[in-house]
Amino acid sequence: MSDCILIMGSNLAENHPIAMKWVIRAQEKGAKVIHVDPRFTRTSTKADIYAPMRAGTDIAFLAGMIKYILDNNLIQKDYVVNYTNAAFILGPKYDFSDGLFSGYNPDKRAYDKSSWTFEKDEKGIPKKDLTLQHERCVYQLLKKHYARYDLDTVSSITGTPKEDLIKVYEAIAATGKPDKVGTMLYAMGWTQHTVGTQNIRTASIVQLLLGNIGMAGGGVNALRGESNVQGITDHSILFHIIPAYNPTPRASDETLSKYNEKYTPKTADPLSANWWSNRPKYMVSYLKSLYGKNATKENDFGYGWHPKLDDGQNASWMFMFDEMLKGNLSGFICLGMNPACSSPNANKAREALSRLDWMVAIDLFETETTNFWKGPGMNPSKIKTEVFLLPTASSIEKEGSITDSGRMAQWRNKVIDPVGEAKSDGQIVHEIYMKVKALYEKEGGKSPDPILKLKWDYAVNGKVDFHLVAKEINGYDLTTGKLVVNFTKLMDDGTTSCGNWLYSGSYNEDGNMMARRDKTDPTGVNLFPKWAWSWPVNRRILYNRASVDLNGNPWDPKRAVIKWDGSKWVGDVPDGGWPPLATGNGKLPFIMKPDGVASVFGPGLAEGPFPEHYEPLECPIEKNPLSSQRINPTIALFKEYSHTTCDPRFPFVATTYRVAEHWQTGLMTRYTPTLIEAEPQMFVEISEELATLRGIKNGEWVRVSSPRGEVKAVAIVTKRLTPLTVAGQTIHQIGLPWCYGWLVPKDGGESANLLTPTIGDANTVIPEYKAFLANVQKIPTKKAKS
Amino acid sequence: MSMKITRRTFLKISGATAAGTVIGGLGFDLSPAVVYAQELRIKGAKETTTICCYCSVGCGIIVHTDAKGKVINTEGDPDHPTSEGSLCAKGITLYELVTNPKRITKVMYRAPYSTKWEVKSWDWTLTEIAKRIKKSRDAVFMEKNAKGQVVNRCDGLAGIGSCHINNEEGWLYQKFLRSLGIVSVEMEARL
Repeated sequence: MSDCILIMGSNLAENHPIAMKWVIRAQEKGAKVIHVDPRFTRTSTKADIYAPMRAGTDIAFLAGMIKYILDNNLIQKDYVVNYTNAAFILGPKYDFSDGLFSGYNPDKRAYDKSSWTFEKDEKGIPKKDLTLQHERCVYQLLKKHYARYDLDTVSSITGTPKEDLIKVYEAIAATGKPDKVGTMLYAMGWTQHTVGTQNIRTASIVQLLLGNIGMAGGGVNALRGESNVQGITDHSILFHIIPAYNPTPRASDETLSKYNEKYTPKTADPLSANWWSNRPKYMVSYLKSLYGKNATKENDFGYGWHPKLDDGQNASWMFMFDEMLKGNLSGFICLGMNPACSSPNANKAREALSRLDWMVAIDLFETETTNFWKGPGMNPSKIKTEVFLLPTASSIEKEGSITDSGRMAQWRNKVIDPVGEAKSDGQIVHEIYMKVKALYEKEGGKSPDPILKLKWDYAVNGKVDFHLVAKEINGYDLTTGKLVVNFTKLMDDGTTSCGNWLYSGSYNEDGNMMARRDKTDPTGVNLFPKWAWSWPVNRRILYNRASVDLNGNPWDPKRAVIKWDGSKWVGDVPDGGWPPLATGNGKLPFIMKPDGVASVFGPGLAEGPFPEHYEPLECPIEKNPLSSQRINPTIALFKEYSHTTCDPRFPFVATTYRVAEHWQTGLMTRYTPTLIEAEPQMFVEISEELATLRGIKNGEWVRVSSPRGEVKAVAIVTKRLTPLTVAGQTIHQIGLPWCYGWLVPKDGGESANLLTPTIGDANTVIPEYKAFLANVQKIPTKKAKS
Repeated sequence: MSMKITRRTFLKISGATAAGTVIGGLGFDLSPAVVYAQELRIKGAKETTTICCYCSVGCGIIVHTDAKGKVINTEGDPDHPTSEGSLCAKGITLYELVTNPKRITKVMYRAPYSTKWEVKSWDWTLTEIAKRIKKSRDAVFMEKNAKGQVVNRCDGLAGIGSCHINNEEGWLYQKFLRSLGIVSVEMEARL
């Protein structure tokens, strides 16, 4: 469907091969495929344009693209003016200077964002200049902000040759025409940075300027790494959100009404649907699904029982392991994860596990985590941690749904019973809960109510019926006992329950929508609306009302997602059924945003409303060529951990990645004979120039080290990596897979995460796995092995 | 749920291409033998659809089980609109994963300071786990914070994982963790 596909921060051909098939198919129809990556990979071999870059400089690369689009006036103007906040006028106090936005507090490493707001008219609606000429309108400030990212500057930061930059910019900017569409595909190469969230923001700004969001063949698409990372994010096994993207309550949100008041956005603009104004309905229905009949209007629907973070408390991964290392955690439940290999600075994570009193691990196999107490450098007789290792079922030994990268929830059938004494993860959780509950019922204890008042009624003869769970997630009309048709029926008075409003409609009185296998596709743009089910309300393309003009006609009739036929929308499920804006009764298309439009100016993030280039924490140059702010000024610094910069002991830029044959830390694939035979051991890719510099031959064992640790690896001397010229100096990059570990196979080598730093993004705290400093040295003895 | 498409129609759709390669490579037509051999392996087998357990492209897989309910084959689902029968190196080895002899099939326990695993029963293990959870929770559970605000939180415990379990399992897991007051709930999306 796309005319131009930018793959950046992803090695699609190797890590999502079946998705790559569709890229190739688009290419065969004439689409241009572009790959931007520090390393020339199998994805690059298929690309029409490949551009190398230094790891950690994506913002500079994309910011140069914004400048190119603006300088050459290649925006899709009608889209930009009507569907984004480009025309909005900012207050006079907003400023940006030398890498910092107005409102920075260096002690807190945080911003007071009060100057990042729009001027409002007497009704409280943001002021606009639809001609985009006002000096403080977003469009003009955007232009000013990115004027600094000229080709010379961008090339000097990224190391990408100027001619490659121009080729990429031209190809992508060509999709700014209404009947052209470009898409962007990214993976962890964009997210795993101290500026990860802003990498995505920069891409979003490009796509908005070109009118590419909401379109078939458009968007900014995350290629998610695990089969159900979308679904489990939706269900929020994350500290900062509870199911369906509601913020986790904080201590100062003392009552449900205070919570609703604080987190429910408001708008004065009648054109804005402001969908999050429904939050109170979703919250009450969520609490009803947690506590059932015990949640009443009188007790604030059980809101008090729900755990609350302190204001400002961050319980994300690195902080969690930091607490564990300090001995502040006594117990740890580790379900299907391998933090001994997946954590940054993994030696520290392994040490942290030894400070626990007990760990419950639930897995298919023994892992470096379950067996940490007998790992390298560990003395079991000195490690107190008690470990319970519970055998779990494989994906075909249970039933339930998983949600793919495109938000499509597909039902998996149970094929056989779990092997041996294994039980499904859900069954194990159920049985532990029942034991804990019985103990509190019998003995009492600290605050038993949140446990005892929980609604937990899924078992039939002791076995969890996952259909009952799916129905709880979908939600009920509690007055009739029937499943609600979808979230539009949810109420804030306790008469409905719903575990996750986004999934409301997935399993209603019409049946289990996620199990559907009807391949008819009346849209002709590969939406397959009756195959499984997508959230929300089976909408296949989000913000699809941005794919039409003010009259409801598709920008590009050849690939219409929806169309107004005079009385109703046809095609995909529209983002709200209001008529087109030109009728005067319409609503703006970006319904999840309080202003109804997409954010070219985005004041929500920690670092600022416009993405700005900052160097990775560990970078090879002493100064950020753009400002005095070398690194992201809002990241938490984890000062007690080892870091370095511009350090002759660790002169090379290192990055990590996956390979086609292994998955994540490799804990399933390293046990799979065919796969471990194909990719048997740890390696490091280095350029021919670096090999010459270090006297390393292809196939030799080398030692790769960082301030955190070292790994042994087989050197792959390759043309896939080339030295880049950055700020006038030659920079070498090296790459390592992170799918190995000491446990299996015996001589396969260690995890690359022994090298990676404890540092994260300012918004998400995702670790900066993708850009750090390391050294590579030859191991003198010929027989050297790991 | 069983597949509507039969093995035979699948071979009609996609087998012809594979057979063509065989002719090209060897100079004579092996296709009837190949088809026969493939049919023998899964003759009379039950077909059940599933979705791949690895990345999130969401490819369709057919699992074949014999009359005794044993998994005898896994392969791409040609009816699936995303994958159209294709699978990557990982997806294609699902059979080796689920039938892997190295899988844990019994509960294992490592006592404090011990150098080895012991096999335990589920009942003993679940009872002991519940005791540990209660002891840890009761020791650190915080009904109110220093400011006197109700927080009903348990900072001394953490739970992680996993984004390759089913939605329904994930829902139960987070509901369970949060009922204990655990706020350190994290998984792979953070990494």
